Amino acid sequence: MPMTETDVFEKVRETLVDALGLDDDEVTPEATLTGDLGAESIDFLDIVFRLEKTFDIKIPRGELFPDNILNNPEFVQDGKLTDTGLAQLKERMPHADFSDFEKDPDINKMAELFKVQTIVNYVVTKVA
Amino acid sequence: MRWFWIDRLVELEPGKRAVAIKNVSLAEEHLHDHWEQFPNHPPSLMIEGVAQTGGILVGQVSDFKEKVALAKITKAEFSDVALPGDQLTYEVALDSIAPEAAATSGIVRKNGDVIGQVDLMFSHLDQNMAGTEFPEENFIFTGSFFQRLVEPFLRGESNG
Repeated sequence: MPMTETDVFEKVRETLVDALGLDDDEVTPEATLTGDLGAESIDFLDIVFRLEKTFDIKIPRGELFPDNILNNPEFVQDGKLTDTGLAQLKERMPHADFSDFEKDPDINKMAELFKVQTIVNYVVTKVA
Repeated sequence: MRWFWIDRLVELEPGKRAVAIKNVSLAEEHLHDHWEQFPNHPPSLMIEGVAQTGGILVGQVSDFKEKVALAKITKAEFSDVALPGDQLTYEVALDSIAPEAAATSGIVRKNGDVIGQVDLMFSHLDQNMAGTEFPEENFIFTGSFFQRLVEPFLRGESNG
């Protein structure tokens, strides 16, 4: 039987509780990984490793958490993503909700795209 | 004092697991400060011992070319202390490895009994996500740490 989104969320929650040393109730769909849950860069790799094991999936580098966006001058100008940069990021992160971010694509707010729900959406596409 | 928190590497199954031992001795200075009335080998140094064992395990995968550094203590739980005369065994398994990092899980035994679990993450410094640059020279797998612990094992001289 295929996993439902609720099943995926529960396992993602367990993954984040273990990776980041959290309590269950801290992990809500809208919680941001860095802002709310205190994740640092090494934690993102820890999360990727754990998701691969938990769901028996392969997560190619940069697919869940895109890299090489911020260091490209074509994508970033004056601390904001350019239209090209935003389009590129959207294409690479179909699992993220851009509705708030695209109103003001300040790179300092990019971390807000990485929510618990973002991971759930991504995993759902992988286990479907 | 050299920063050696394992005495001998005793097993290295490439890409899978490594085992090292640490003998706790009353001759070690740190036991007299920790503490005078109750000398014991602190868990923080057991974590370092597991990290040194795991670092060798992770480093071997790239033939000791990558600079491997401890990046995260994911979990460290201990149920007992280690006293002078005890032998600690650190058994570390490689759970995941990628170009940027590796994850390990480790068991700490005291005279054969499990007294701790230590799960770690290691970063491959030259591939770190922040893009920070490090010197060309591999300052991790070099010098006396490598010469005393890894090379004798690789030559088959440390099984006695």
